[in-house]
Amino acid sequence: MKFLRLKPGHGEMVLAEGDVEIVEQERELIEAFRRELDAGMWAAVPTETHDGRREAELVKSFAEVPRDAERVIFFPRAAGGAPGTALF
Amino acid sequence: MLFALGTAALVLTALVWELARPALRAGLARAYARAQRTLLAEASGHVLALDYDPGRERRAEQRARELLRSCVNEREWAMYRDLGFLRVWERSGARYAYLIYPHKPIVAYVPESGALLSEYCVAFPDHSRPYGSARLPDADDVLAKWMALAADERRLIADANMHLPGRQIDPDRVRRDLARLARWERERESLSVTAGNATRAGHPGLGGWGGRGSNNVRAT
Repeated sequence: MKFLRLKPGHGEMVLAEGDVEIVEQERELIEAFRRELDAGMWAAVPTETHDGRREAELVKSFAEVPRDAERVIFFPRAAGGAPGTALF
Repeated sequence: MLFALGTAALVLTALVWELARPALRAGLARAYARAQRTLLAEASGHVLALDYDPGRERRAEQRARELLRSCVNEREWAMYRDLGFLRVWERSGARYAYLIYPHKPIVAYVPESGALLSEYCVAFPDHSRPYGSARLPDADDVLAKWMALAADERRLIADANMHLPGRQIDPDRVRRDLARLARWERERESLSVTAGNATRAGHPGLGGWGGRGSNNVRAT
């Protein structure tokens, strides 16, 4: 399982990588997961349904991450964008 | 003679000064602003790369596009690559759809009539500003919106600032984009039919073009 983080000026960065079946590596993944959520990130798991549909799932804890997920993508929490300048 | 030359030299100097003054003033203002930014950055304790590096941004966008490509289906990727935006259907049915633009509001519209419903202004600011900017690369911004919509449409819409159409994106531009999208889909359909015929005739053809339901029923 790989943890990726979307980053301005860089694109994605690999934060952590490990095998969830190996206790030590799973612990490191859990710590990295918590760190990112504490930093205000959202975590999404890209998924593919049986009929081949591509979707994504937001997860709030490591326990919610499917064991067979290959990637978890962290990205900054959504905020209402700036009200912006009206065109008219 | 000497007096005339001296006068001419004085006039010439005055003219050159008058001509050069605006450029000098602008240059000084730029240098002052740069110094101010550097001081502010140092005062806030951030080590910032303030200079815009087009090479870095281009590489970031390239990475972001590869990641987007690996997350969405082939049809959606082709849509973003060719048109510069993604269309996503609403989760509970297909009564309306969203257009996802990079760093612009999400636009909701009715596919049947083309009526624009609203703009949802949402951003994913990275306050750590790793390279002096809080803005994700374009394709990452689109991916973040796509993931958030796919995973929890209601939550994203609730977090967004909602406006009437035309607040930030020109409605004429959106209509043009919808027309481009319709044209793009027709071209893909015809290519798909051609490829199907070629395959049936024993030729390798183009294969792999996804129809509306080929890979992601809801998403395009």
